[in-house]
Amino acid sequence: MITKPIHTKLLYGFILLAALLLPLYAPDPYMFQVIIMSLIFAIAVLAMNLIIGFTGQASLAHAAFFGFGAYGVAIMTKAGISFWLALPAAASISALLGLVIGPPALRTRGSYFAIVTLAFGVIVWIVAGNWVQVTGGHNGIFGIPRPTPIPIPFLGEIEFFEQTAQYYLVLAFLLLTLFIMHRLVYSVFGLTFMAIRNNEPLADAVGINTFTTKLIAFVTANFFAGLAGGLYVAIIGAVSPSVASHMLTFNFLIFLILGGMATLTGPVVGAFAIPILMEWLQELGHFRMLFFGVLLIVTIIYFPRGLVGGIRQLNQKIADWRQTKS
Amino acid sequence: MELFLQQVFNGIMFGSTYAIVALGLTLVMGILHIPNFAHGHLYMLGGYITYFFITSLGLGYWPSLLLSIIVLGILGVIMEAIVYRPLHDQPHINAFIAAVGALLVLEAMAEVIWGPQGLRIPNPYPHTFQFLGIIMSVQRLLVIIGAVVLIVLLHLFLKKTLTGTTIEAVAQNREGAMLNGINVNRVSALTFFISSGTAAVAASFISPIFVISPAMGAIIGMKAFIIVILGGMGSIPGAIIGGYFLGLIESLGGGYVSAAYKDVIAFGALIVIFSFKPTGLFGKKEG
Amino acid sequence: MLAVKYLSKQFEGLVAVKELNFDIQEGEILAIIGPNGAGKSTVFNLLTGTLKPTAGKVFIHDEDITGLKPYQIVKKGVARTFQTTSLFDQLRVIDNMLIGCKWRTRLGFWNTLFHTPGWKSQHDQAVQSALETLDFLGLADKALAFIPTLSQEEQKRLAIGVALVSKPKLLLLDEPTGGLIREETERIAQFIKSVREQGTTVCIIEHKMQMIMGMADRILVLNYGQKIAEGSPDDIKSNQAVIEAYLGGEAHA
Ligand SMILES: Nc1ncnc2c1ncn2[C@@H]1O[C@H](COP(=O)(O)OP(=O)(O)OP(=O)(O)O)[C@@H](O)[C@H]1O
Ligand SMILES: [Mg+2]
Repeated sequence: MITKPIHTKLLYGFILLAALLLPLYAPDPYMFQVIIMSLIFAIAVLAMNLIIGFTGQASLAHAAFFGFGAYGVAIMTKAGISFWLALPAAASISALLGLVIGPPALRTRGSYFAIVTLAFGVIVWIVAGNWVQVTGGHNGIFGIPRPTPIPIPFLGEIEFFEQTAQYYLVLAFLLLTLFIMHRLVYSVFGLTFMAIRNNEPLADAVGINTFTTKLIAFVTANFFAGLAGGLYVAIIGAVSPSVASHMLTFNFLIFLILGGMATLTGPVVGAFAIPILMEWLQELGHFRMLFFGVLLIVTIIYFPRGLVGGIRQLNQKIADWRQTKS
Repeated sequence: MELFLQQVFNGIMFGSTYAIVALGLTLVMGILHIPNFAHGHLYMLGGYITYFFITSLGLGYWPSLLLSIIVLGILGVIMEAIVYRPLHDQPHINAFIAAVGALLVLEAMAEVIWGPQGLRIPNPYPHTFQFLGIIMSVQRLLVIIGAVVLIVLLHLFLKKTLTGTTIEAVAQNREGAMLNGINVNRVSALTFFISSGTAAVAASFISPIFVISPAMGAIIGMKAFIIVILGGMGSIPGAIIGGYFLGLIESLGGGYVSAAYKDVIAFGALIVIFSFKPTGLFGKKEG
Repeated sequence: MLAVKYLSKQFEGLVAVKELNFDIQEGEILAIIGPNGAGKSTVFNLLTGTLKPTAGKVFIHDEDITGLKPYQIVKKGVARTFQTTSLFDQLRVIDNMLIGCKWRTRLGFWNTLFHTPGWKSQHDQAVQSALETLDFLGLADKALAFIPTLSQEEQKRLAIGVALVSKPKLLLLDEPTGGLIREETERIAQFIKSVREQGTTVCIIEHKMQMIMGMADRILVLNYGQKIAEGSPDDIKSNQAVIEAYLGGEAHA
């Protein structure tokens, strides 16, 4: 019932192949770094998409949960814990904190939920900047070790000092995230998220525990936001309060809205294309945010489903037109 | 005791700013049901516009303030027309996202023109003096007294003039007002004008004392939002009392507990209160 | 099967439902009628947990369900439709149906995430019963259509289907034919009868007297939130209080 047409599958296969071969084109190290970051952001934006795009709850604490993952991995790996333990642990802490703040926050609706989550995000950001003993205050934490090498019997080990290895690491996590999101969203269970976004009173009336469902979406989103944050610090090697700031949330929001809410391709396209676009527009300086701000407004008014949604609409129109012609 | 009085004085001063900013926001949210999340950024820009007229054009403080009100008022009207009006029938979350877009634009605009670093409006009344052991300056008193005057003027406008009562009528019953032949779009524009203009006043009063920066809009905007939600959307007394209350609490908290964490108070209070009353203190539906 | 005892609901000063007592018997079609604003929809909202009563209780098979959440009451076998057609209009027909049967399945977070052994059969079963119900609704060929492409009548039908797909014991229908023309109304009426024949008890709010008289086993008449009459269609037709209430209602309007 919920499968995709064959040519779409081919397209995705082709994109996957291109992604796997990307290090062969050997972009310059700077651009490569931008691409690696984009993939990490894609994980965070996919997570944001689950709660905002599919479930319709504007959680603006997303960077805070990204920050929990980032600081979690930073602190744990500096204390000598293996990255492979620290990453799931940090993501779980992020999810757990979502489970704590979720119940009070989710009792509110609409803009109230947006503002409550934003308030929570601001608190996390302020604490990150001031709790010097734990977070290093405004300077943050430096010298965070790269992901622990993976030993391979007889062959040595995979290290993560090279960009190529980092790239594949991040790509693997992105694919895992996509796989899980795909499972959750395109299922009967996933339909209940969309039911809540679309018509909450009816969802209630057909036996869906809307509160629990929203909480599941929120906590899952926060788990993956934390995961993305953890990957981010391990690649960058440093963390500062800006990873938990509302500005980063707004950036994610731009990626999400421009890419396309409530699709799985949209967040990836947005998180991949926009940072690269931002790099290209580097010389515009502060004009960039002006540009993206305007783009955000125009998109939400005229193309609320973003680039991917827009293309789908166009596709549909072309298909309809063909049909009427033949 | 002197420290206490000093903190109370400072609290009233900050509270005056919060009260005016929240007042402007509550009008827009209560009357138009628009989550104008960019309100703090209009305030920020108000400070910059006044700065511009004073330093770049060499105008006096008061003419600059007046011009700033007009410029910001017009900006508010434009924002309502092109950002919020098209989203009137859309889910609320869309207007909220558009507001985020608007605040990014306003912040970037300030950065492009004036740069990201802080600036200071030349202080027209720098004279300081002591009273009951409290250090104050004429400008600081101006913030406080100016706020009171503004609030009184606004009150008289809303209660005693025909235009003002129209605004209230729309606030109470939008559909009813429409049936009675009130041009709701014109009222929206006017409300946005007043809301943005008053934000410009608040920023112009306090900016000679503290530096202005493009980033300052975000925090004060969120605080105003919180005051409005907790004070009751559309409630003018709620905004005023909430504004002064927050100013005092922050000042005392900052003085006696922790200066670094004083900004946490408003945000923490919001979360705590919502945990108990998801519809806000006054139980209205979300706007 | 369902019993309502001294049910009252007050909205800031306005008493919408007042000390209402009635039962719904297994297998019957009970109609609730009354002038506009009589409190009919409010009664449904009270039965289904959408609103909390100011006083009184609701029992299902002698179990007190007052104050339960809507989703908990659904699990007791009570499904409902809304007065204004309410659907998941951003989704397809089949999706609407699947959401309707979700609560009966074990297609939760963990089962979906890990595709546990039970998941597949549960999923297929859900799709199966969604398709069967669509067939019963006469909407089988529209399974993949989006809601806005459906006609008024099809949407009304589907709304009933979404409630019906989880096989409730009691179905509450709030003006299922509101806004439909004569033939459409007759088709829906026919359909409702076939729902009852399948063993589902039906309680229906309706303004269309002719339809009600031909369909209901019993009728309950509300006015200003109070029961003014109860009985067979023939009793109601000749009931003086009912006639007055309706004439009075018309005089007001
Ligand atoms: N949520 C609410 N808040 C306040 N008043 C309400 C609410 N819901 C209903 N009412 C009022 O309660 C009364 C009964 O309304 P209800 O919708 O139950 O009437 P009804 O019998 O279904 O009428 P209709 O035939 O028009 O559907 C009306 O006066 C209505 O205005
Ligand atoms: Mg009704």
